Amino acid sequence: MKLPTLNVARLTAAAVAVSLLALAGCGGGSDDAGAAGPVDLRMTIWSANAKHTALFDQIAAEYKSTHPDVGKITFESIPFESYTTTLTTQIGGGNVPDLAWILESTAPDFVSSGALAPIDRDPDLLPSTTKTWEQDGQLYAYPFSTSPLGVFVNTDLVTAAGRQTPAQQIASGTWTWDQAVTTGAAVQKTGKGGIVVGDFDFKSWDALNSIWAGWGARPWSEDGKTCGFDQPEMVAAMTAIHQMVFTDQAMPGPGVTKDFFAGDAAMVLTQISRAALLEKAKFRWDLVPLPKGPAGEYSVVGQAGIGVLKRGKHVDAAKDFLAYFTNQENSAKLAQFFPPPRKSQLTTAVLAKANPLLKPAQLQSVVIDGIERGDIKTSHVGYAELQQTVRAALDPLWKPDADVPAVLAGVCAKINPLLSK
Amino acid sequence: MTLVAEKPAPAPVRAPERAPYWTMRRRDELAGWLMVAPQLAGIVAFVVVPLGLVVWYSLHEWNVLAGTFDFVGGANYEQLGSDPRLGPALRATGLFSIGLVVLNLSLALFLAVLLNQKLRGTVVFRTLFFSPVVVTLVAWTIVWGFLLQDNGGVNGFLDLLGIDGPNWLRGDTTAMIAVIVVQLFKGVGLNMVLFLAALQGVPAELYEAARIDGASAWARFRRVTVPLISPTILLTSILTVVGSLQVFAQIAVLTQGGPGTSTTVLVYYLYQQAFQFHHFGYGATISLLLFIIVLALTVLQWRMRKRWVFHES
Repeated sequence: MKLPTLNVARLTAAAVAVSLLALAGCGGGSDDAGAAGPVDLRMTIWSANAKHTALFDQIAAEYKSTHPDVGKITFESIPFESYTTTLTTQIGGGNVPDLAWILESTAPDFVSSGALAPIDRDPDLLPSTTKTWEQDGQLYAYPFSTSPLGVFVNTDLVTAAGRQTPAQQIASGTWTWDQAVTTGAAVQKTGKGGIVVGDFDFKSWDALNSIWAGWGARPWSEDGKTCGFDQPEMVAAMTAIHQMVFTDQAMPGPGVTKDFFAGDAAMVLTQISRAALLEKAKFRWDLVPLPKGPAGEYSVVGQAGIGVLKRGKHVDAAKDFLAYFTNQENSAKLAQFFPPPRKSQLTTAVLAKANPLLKPAQLQSVVIDGIERGDIKTSHVGYAELQQTVRAALDPLWKPDADVPAVLAGVCAKINPLLSK
Repeated sequence: MTLVAEKPAPAPVRAPERAPYWTMRRRDELAGWLMVAPQLAGIVAFVVVPLGLVVWYSLHEWNVLAGTFDFVGGANYEQLGSDPRLGPALRATGLFSIGLVVLNLSLALFLAVLLNQKLRGTVVFRTLFFSPVVVTLVAWTIVWGFLLQDNGGVNGFLDLLGIDGPNWLRGDTTAMIAVIVVQLFKGVGLNMVLFLAALQGVPAELYEAARIDGASAWARFRRVTVPLISPTILLTSILTVVGSLQVFAQIAVLTQGGPGTSTTVLVYYLYQQAFQFHHFGYGATISLLLFIIVLALTVLQWRMRKRWVFHES
């Protein structure tokens, strides 16, 4: 049988055409830095909350209406659990966003590495809110969300367990960790959860700073060189937490999930931005400051900044948009979700307008007082490695018979080489 | 008269005729190359180039945030040799792989033999056991994460039987068992189907002959079934070993390598170093170690086939 003769010229031409098409398909989008026409901006964020993104889009649309040189402004949501990993992978892969929402824990990595472009400092910003984002007198990110941690309370569960509500205890001056633990234990006896630490789940140990700061404990020294886990304050705080879980049974144990916002726990220690989850709550609730610890009254502040990536395609355009996104007017709009770092806006009047779910007294005691006296949450250069190393070394603590001082000494033994780098 | 033979006129010298370059053979060769070109391009783009890049990255320190990429020679390989976390990661990998491979192959073969019987309802059971294979891995793992909680479904079931179940994902030993079992139920259906196909290819007359010779059911299984499906056993064992060495999502979702480092397998450790700690160069070095381990085990299994895999030829 004679095989059909192939037309080599045609076949070659077809192969070349297919190859060219494939190459065209493999090529990335054009770099519009050099192209004429409006520039597109992209900002990575971790929130996928529809209300957050709608507000962001609204601000971006207003900005574009007066800036014809700007085309699309995209807010790219990345899940919180993998946020920094995905962002750094994008940067490593050359897909650098123009702006990025950066968590306080990784702020030292971004600031000290030179990844961010310096931005102008607004004199209205509280100095305590910009500290994490500064280097050599320059500001590298706008601390757009400075959110103190408070205690949301399910007052129905607390009173049903026969306990005074935290508000009543505040009024009588007895709102302390001892009392909070007794309340948590009383509620757990009813089958519900007592005290829940938001996002902790016996893995994200750094969320416990909302407790240990009340004992004056810190995971490492101010300069980040010395381990603090084996210090007396931390040993006392962790002993109290261990007892809270295994002896007093005031906190759900490892592997047990209780969702406060679904009405399954008495209290949750978390940021006030979570108040939005209580919009349709079927139980009575309250927001109060963290209980007084052995070291006195205290506050812990979570923070996020927005920075302009130095290796983004449109650094100047991104800086200009950031200045607009966070100006007085837009900061007031953003305040309904993200407590502002501006002196002029930290008033109950401004915050109440943006947070209809919260009472002025709550805003004053938790937000305004909290920001003024609060410690910013833990951070360090190389935080991810420290976080994982501490998590692994701290795991033996979450057993009923754990030797707390020995475990904490073990944590220091593991992280000392990282701290001394 | 002398006849002088006339010399014949020399034949005109003709230039040797050049054979046409595009012979049928060359045309066919070219056509063949063009046919496989897309496949080859894919292999080069997605296998050879990344492999080369991994070797290249392993010789560098790459600070993604700072945008620096510095040549460090063998420093990452030296670090690999002295890394105290590598030993536990290799141990966890070994435990996971051995546990999974043994359980998966045994259970898959057991189920296949069971479902190869001509009984009612076997189709339903085949579907039931195979369906996890087509479920999204992360969704499957998240559901199991809930079931394995201290107050989750598994312990609830054990409680009904009067057994006080452990806190599965929080114990050093139970966490590894939990991860293995989750992966076992996810993937056993695939090997089961492969074994079923192989079992159905075993000639019935061989069983008949063995039966006439008085062979017991176990002897028939050992002397007839196993040799005849041994090529499939080889295939499934290679696939399962390679798959077990690449386990990642289950660890990331269920345990994040804990408690302690008890479930930090090599791929998860690689991910931590490269993508969480931003040590991309060192991560590339670990991935090369993994590549060598996978290659060595595959070659070993392939070589050992001569000893136990039955070929009619």
